[in-house]
Amino acid sequence: MLELRNISFTVQTEESEPFDVLSNINLKLEDNLSYVFTGPNGGGKSSLAKIIMGIYQPTSGSIFLEGEDITNLNITERAKRGIGYAFQQPPRFKGITVSELLSISSGSSYSMKECSNLYKVGLCPQDYLKREMNSSLSGGEMKRIEIATLLARKLKFAIFDEPEAGIDLWSFGKLTETFENIKEKHDTTLVIISHQERILNLADEIILIADGKIQRTGPKSELLPSLLNNPDCSCNYNCQERSENHA
Amino acid sequence: MLNNIDKEILNRVADMTHIPEGAYNIRKNGAGIMRNTTPNIDIRTKEDKPGIDIIVKPFTKGETVHIPVLLTNQGLEDLVYNTFEIGEGSDVLVVAGCGIHNPGEETSQHDGIHTFFVRKNARMKYVEKHYASGSGKGKKILNPKTIIEIEEGGYAEIETVQIKGVDYSKRDTEVRVGKNAHLLITERLMTDGDQYAESIVIVDLVGVDSSVQIISRSVAKDHSEQIFYPRVNGHERCKGHVQCDAIIMNNARVRAIPEIAAYNADAELVHEAAIGKIAGEALIKLMTLGLSQEESEEAILKGFLR
Repeated sequence: MLELRNISFTVQTEESEPFDVLSNINLKLEDNLSYVFTGPNGGGKSSLAKIIMGIYQPTSGSIFLEGEDITNLNITERAKRGIGYAFQQPPRFKGITVSELLSISSGSSYSMKECSNLYKVGLCPQDYLKREMNSSLSGGEMKRIEIATLLARKLKFAIFDEPEAGIDLWSFGKLTETFENIKEKHDTTLVIISHQERILNLADEIILIADGKIQRTGPKSELLPSLLNNPDCSCNYNCQERSENHA
Repeated sequence: MLNNIDKEILNRVADMTHIPEGAYNIRKNGAGIMRNTTPNIDIRTKEDKPGIDIIVKPFTKGETVHIPVLLTNQGLEDLVYNTFEIGEGSDVLVVAGCGIHNPGEETSQHDGIHTFFVRKNARMKYVEKHYASGSGKGKKILNPKTIIEIEEGGYAEIETVQIKGVDYSKRDTEVRVGKNAHLLITERLMTDGDQYAESIVIVDLVGVDSSVQIISRSVAKDHSEQIFYPRVNGHERCKGHVQCDAIIMNNARVRAIPEIAAYNADAELVHEAAIGKIAGEALIKLMTLGLSQEESEEAILKGFLR
């Protein structure tokens, strides 16, 4: 189980006033369950994921993984304890091949597993293993390989940041199937950041994050209907009035 | 005749784990020590100055020439002139390379001046690796000069690698590319400490439909300094592409000055140059896979310099 206690994250640049990206987040994420973080852009979802991975240090609060305080552990130490994070915009590497990246990820040299991990993300392994992770790969291909780097690992806690972006419909089905498998195979706690209804449908629990706070949490059956018919975001009279005022 | 240090250096600079098949000439501390010729490839000692002539008969295919140079005595300044005649229609691999082991306080220096004639429709790949070791304060200096003439329909691929230990190097490369001939230069360089490396490449595309591609990748660490000056002159209908890519770390300094010059309206020339730190996101990504920061840097640099 991963537990966040009173996590706050404030950023301040020289020119701007302090801005609270996250305030006072308390959350328990249980083993073997799928969570979807959803909510508006800029609401703090990715920041929270990066705080869990250790990419950002929270301004205050603590993080516990299976009872151990990991707040002061760096990224590598957290990775070794079984936390994984698939980037929203995966970085490129000149000279490093897909096969090598997957080997780094799995901690062992090339094996059939890498093949199947690529297949699971909808890529034909023989076409990709020797490709360099450079700008010759499209954004969608990079996203799929990014997901495969997490599939290559045995994770206790896996975070996927908008994994569906750039993925076509055919592999979308494969992707949702893959997420379901991860959880069952390694008893992984799964966190997916997404706005997609089909991904929301995978969740055991949905966590709505907006304005740096957890607005609502609950099982899919409770939250999904209200999210899909969000009265705050329809083309109502207020919206019209606003757009007219801006015109 | 070869001791363990020699063998280590030969492995580093010429990928030689054993005496190769084909033609070879091993030069150690200013004198040739081992040589082999084949029916198609002759190696002769020059009579007017230090160095050798390597003559590849026309239409020789799939043969190799290894000509490594070893410097293991400190205080030695070695100057050598090698001339390569790559006969018409042949296809050969030439592996040069220089290794210095300088355990002392005095400077060791090797300046190799290589002249190649790649004849009509011939193909040559030329690999040159530099490596130096030795814990003394003696400077390890390598100044190679390479002059190549590629005749009609010929192809030359030049691969140079200098990854470790060389304190000072000034590399000069001059190539004339003839009609429908092609040249590929890939240069990989890593400097650290207070090392200095300079590479000047001048390519003249003198034949119709000639082309060149220059790819330079380098990493500069610590207080080291690098200067790149690749220059492509298009005199006819031709294509040229220059790409310099450098990773800079610590207090290093890198100057990349690619130049393209067209003297014909049908010359298509492009240059790109980039200098920057290792991308933070790339480092973080590898750390999220369980590598330490140092291991991540190493993996990124290794890939980059491949």
